[in-house]
Amino acid sequence: MKVLVAVKRVVDYNVKIRVKSDESGVDLANVKMAMNPFCEIAVEEAVRLKESGAADEIVVVSMGPKACQEQIRTAMALGADRGIQIETDEDLESLAVAKLLAKVVEEEQPGLVILGKQSIDSDNNQTGQMLGAITGMPQGTFASEVNLGEGIVDVTREVDGGLQTLSLKMPAIVTTDLRLNEPRYASLPNIMKAKRKPLDVKTPADYGVDVTPRLKTLKVEAPAQREAGILVSSVDELVEKLKNEAKVI
Amino acid sequence: MATLVIAEHENGALKGATLNTVTAAQQLGGDIDLLVAGSDCGAAAEAAAQVAGVNKVLLADADCYNHQLAENLAQLVTELSSGYSHILAPATTTGKNFMPRVAAALDVAQISDIVSVEGADTFKRPIYAGNAIATVQSSDAVKVITVRTTAFDAAGEGGSASVEALSAAHDAGVSSFVKEELAVSDRPELTSAKVIISGGRGMANGENFEMLEKVADKLGAAVGASRAAVDAGYVPNDMQVGQTGKIVAPELYIAVGISGAIQHLAGMKDSKYIVAINKDEEAPIFQVADYGLVADLFDAVPELEQKL
Repeated sequence: MKVLVAVKRVVDYNVKIRVKSDESGVDLANVKMAMNPFCEIAVEEAVRLKESGAADEIVVVSMGPKACQEQIRTAMALGADRGIQIETDEDLESLAVAKLLAKVVEEEQPGLVILGKQSIDSDNNQTGQMLGAITGMPQGTFASEVNLGEGIVDVTREVDGGLQTLSLKMPAIVTTDLRLNEPRYASLPNIMKAKRKPLDVKTPADYGVDVTPRLKTLKVEAPAQREAGILVSSVDELVEKLKNEAKVI
Repeated sequence: MATLVIAEHENGALKGATLNTVTAAQQLGGDIDLLVAGSDCGAAAEAAAQVAGVNKVLLADADCYNHQLAENLAQLVTELSSGYSHILAPATTTGKNFMPRVAAALDVAQISDIVSVEGADTFKRPIYAGNAIATVQSSDAVKVITVRTTAFDAAGEGGSASVEALSAAHDAGVSSFVKEELAVSDRPELTSAKVIISGGRGMANGENFEMLEKVADKLGAAVGASRAAVDAGYVPNDMQVGQTGKIVAPELYIAVGISGAIQHLAGMKDSKYIVAINKDEEAPIFQVADYGLVADLFDAVPELEQKL
């Protein structure tokens, strides 16, 4: 079985972002970039499937400017076999990404597509589900456990009330939640080896997909700041403040 | 202009998130129809008919909509979409699951997790874990939107909408429900609780959460946790507050042994009052707390319980 994994290059999760003073967006100049954490979990899950013998090939795809090849190479260093970069300078919306992925799915015919449940920049949480609608594939979103069966995959999902398990007919889509696995680090020899793995570069036009944005960002502001409060010296003082000042208990 | 709101319900009752979503729909103007889809959900439809401001309730009662399987529910909503300018659902794990399928089937963008309605086509939504707020304008014919429920008040009762039963039953036949393990608790739900007490890595183990439960019982509070506490296996995932867990905005949020990573703050910083109890006075949680207590939680929490 072939597994397709999609990865996104985003601002590193440790970076405290700043909004540009003209409110046109978030300042990305000289900011450390990395693979979206949920995508790392997706790569790890695919690698584990390959190690268990359930998968025989892992194809990793990323979309964006040339720099996103770094994240493809990272995925290869972790165990992906080959990569596809869809090069564009357009800030792709989830719908466009899903349409492009659908074309890749058509060409590659994977048994499983694994994606992160959301990227930590746009926080949309849409791409996997949209890919499902376009391809007709079933989806197991927010996965905390994936069990392959004969032509089916059971996915345990983190839902608001607890955990829910679904059985999906393959080919299927899985989007990862935090506790699906703990991603490994790439070893130096594997990082070197990854440089020689095949990487195809395509464009949205190669797939005949119109990636024109549907949403216009009018402005991006910093959120209202909370004012730091006071330190209390004892539990007694805390209870007194909550009762008489805040009046919340 | 008319809006279709997809209701969330459980055991014949509407979930609170639906009421917040109706308020967002009211701010758009135009008629509001509510879709109740599920199995054996007639009672929920009756409850939906009493929500103030609702024009009509559509009831799709069929086995295939049980557990709101995304593949089946999205087909139903897509089919019903003609005639609506806006389709809204709460940004819960259910809404987040099926709504993007609706958007893609309609070939439109989805606007996720809106926190304000600026106009019929313009909305504000948090990005980068709430560290920036984007104002976005949609050029699509139908606006498919999920609503951050803590940003909108709950709609009241007093409506008397008609209930129209639909005969549609879409079973895509590609997914099926196996089982669920839902948390059972006498305490209020995290997302609707007026008071929340949450524990972090500082709790050291799951047993120590009993200390928080005792305080919660005195305050009628819900008990939450940081990602660190869930990852460490102290408590189950449904207790997680944060960017990728539950977004909460209670009157009072008490953070115990939580350092205050931005991913956690993203889930609770809209609370009215924040209390932090932490022995590390440098912990970032103190920068957002209205009242901070630098103390060992193992002394402070039992004392707090006693003095309430």
